[in-house]
Amino acid sequence: MSVLTTVRNARRTVRREPEGVQPRGRVARLLSLHGGATFLFLYLPIVVLVVLSFNDSRIVGVWGGATLRWYRELAGEPAIFTALRNSIVVALVSTVVATALGTAAALSLERFRWRGRRAFDGLLFLPVIIPDVTMAVMLLLLFVQLFDVAGALFGLRAGFGLGTITLSHIAFNVAFVAVVVRARLARLDPRLEEAAADLYAGPWRAFRHVTLPLIAPGVAGGALLALTLSLDDVVITSFVSGPGSTTLPVYVFGLIRRGVTPLINAVSVLMLAGSMLLVVISLTLQGRRGGGALRAAVPGRT
Amino acid sequence: MRATAPGGAPAALRSDLPRDGESPERAAARLAARRGALIALPPIATMTLLFVIPLAIVAVYSFATRGRTGRTVLGDWNIAAYARLGEPLVLEVVGRSLGYAVLTTAICLVIGYPFAYWLTTRPMRVRAVMIVLVMLPFWSNLLVRTYAWRVLLASDGPIPAAFAALGLGELRLLFTPFAVVLGLVYGYLPFMVLPLYAALERLDLRLVEAARDLGASGWEAFRHVTWPLSRPGVVAGSVLVMVPTFGAYVTPELLGGSRTTLVGSFVVRQFLSARDWPFGSALSMAILLLMLVATVVYFRLQEDRA
Repeated sequence: MSVLTTVRNARRTVRREPEGVQPRGRVARLLSLHGGATFLFLYLPIVVLVVLSFNDSRIVGVWGGATLRWYRELAGEPAIFTALRNSIVVALVSTVVATALGTAAALSLERFRWRGRRAFDGLLFLPVIIPDVTMAVMLLLLFVQLFDVAGALFGLRAGFGLGTITLSHIAFNVAFVAVVVRARLARLDPRLEEAAADLYAGPWRAFRHVTLPLIAPGVAGGALLALTLSLDDVVITSFVSGPGSTTLPVYVFGLIRRGVTPLINAVSVLMLAGSMLLVVISLTLQGRRGGGALRAAVPGRT
Repeated sequence: MRATAPGGAPAALRSDLPRDGESPERAAARLAARRGALIALPPIATMTLLFVIPLAIVAVYSFATRGRTGRTVLGDWNIAAYARLGEPLVLEVVGRSLGYAVLTTAICLVIGYPFAYWLTTRPMRVRAVMIVLVMLPFWSNLLVRTYAWRVLLASDGPIPAAFAALGLGELRLLFTPFAVVLGLVYGYLPFMVLPLYAALERLDLRLVEAARDLGASGWEAFRHVTWPLSRPGVVAGSVLVMVPTFGAYVTPELLGGSRTTLVGSFVVRQFLSARDWPFGSALSMAILLLMLVATVVYFRLQEDRA
């Protein structure tokens, strides 16, 4: 072993994470206490809700023993299943379309210089900061106008329904997917794609075999975000839904407004379980690397 | 991307070849520009139809008149709807929304910063589990998580019941400003914690160590090294909390009362019950403008300081 290697190895052991700067004593204890309390704050309401969904009493504050009665009663509510089916259809279709469009937008903004690029960049920023209500108003008026024009010009009779809901979800999801995929693309070395081009890969082959596999966690993260936003949305959907075409969150929101019932507790627990299951599945699919897609979609991580 | 045009390109690709007297670099740039615009075409078309045109329609509606039956009359253009934005009730609702948004953001920062910092000091294995535990609510349904508080705070719910059992008297929490801010903090805390954690985790601890070696106290090292370096996370988290809380609809509707009406519910009311679309449109435009200016100013300020 040469002297140089020894020195290099010694250096490597010195360059460990400094531990002397971690808080100690009272500060560390306070931080731990605060950390524990914050986790309690995040999870206690969820735990209470789960427990109450098994409560055999109509009064929320009174424990009447454990039961599966409310879950069984859910099975006799066809409206919930219709709403659930609507939600799934809308979420899947809008996620697929928005992910394709958002990825294309991210690629064009991050990898190419073209006229109008900056304007498009600014435009894509708007849906992210726009409040839900404003977006809801915009889409409501769009469809009202479109239906008017379609009726006057072509005698077409169209109405609010799953179609308008899906289009609306695409409208707000494209920008979010683009943000997530762009963050991933920005960290990617463009020389990898150039190398592919130098090796006579056409643009499509370079994209298919080099770029796409590398940005896949970003695309998956964007898709997951789109799916979640679609499954969560209440305001925009309630503006553009028609008779008989509500989604699950809109339906449940309507129920909640009328009051707290054990039945809503049960639906809520199932909805929570559903979204957590989605997260766990994607974590498992990502392997043990801490959920690349989930992390990719978390803002602030560039 | 490099333009590699082999000799026997099909006719359709001829335009990819350098034009007479054009340098290869320029030809490559021209090709890249065309390709970029081509890829951008589908999303641009979608965003034009589903965002730009709707925005223009809202702008047009905001200058229209409300007919007697509630149907909007397009044609009698005026700025009456914008004039109404100065009414005391509107100012009160907008002011309250801004106040709640700022308060919620501040509370999330005060809770979230030490929490995110604490997470970065955990051992790697524990930390991975904890991050997943923070992400789960981030990815969970906001409506349902808000509903949980409605159950907890209800007059016959666990929290007031516990208070009564302790002999502290009757506690009315639901439908108060407290309930709304609590619900907003609960709903958006993960949006603050995750960017903060991302920023703090990337922080080079050797810089903090250097500050300590140079005689800085723990507080001084935090104040002059850790805090400035984590500011991108603070900015990202603040924007992510402030923007949605300002326009929040679900949380104030479920946990608030008539005295805690926020701008989101106010706009919805103009469309679904008052049927005053021009006024609702003017309000929407004002909200959009306010959010746009606020975010741009906020980002600029942070850039200047960095």
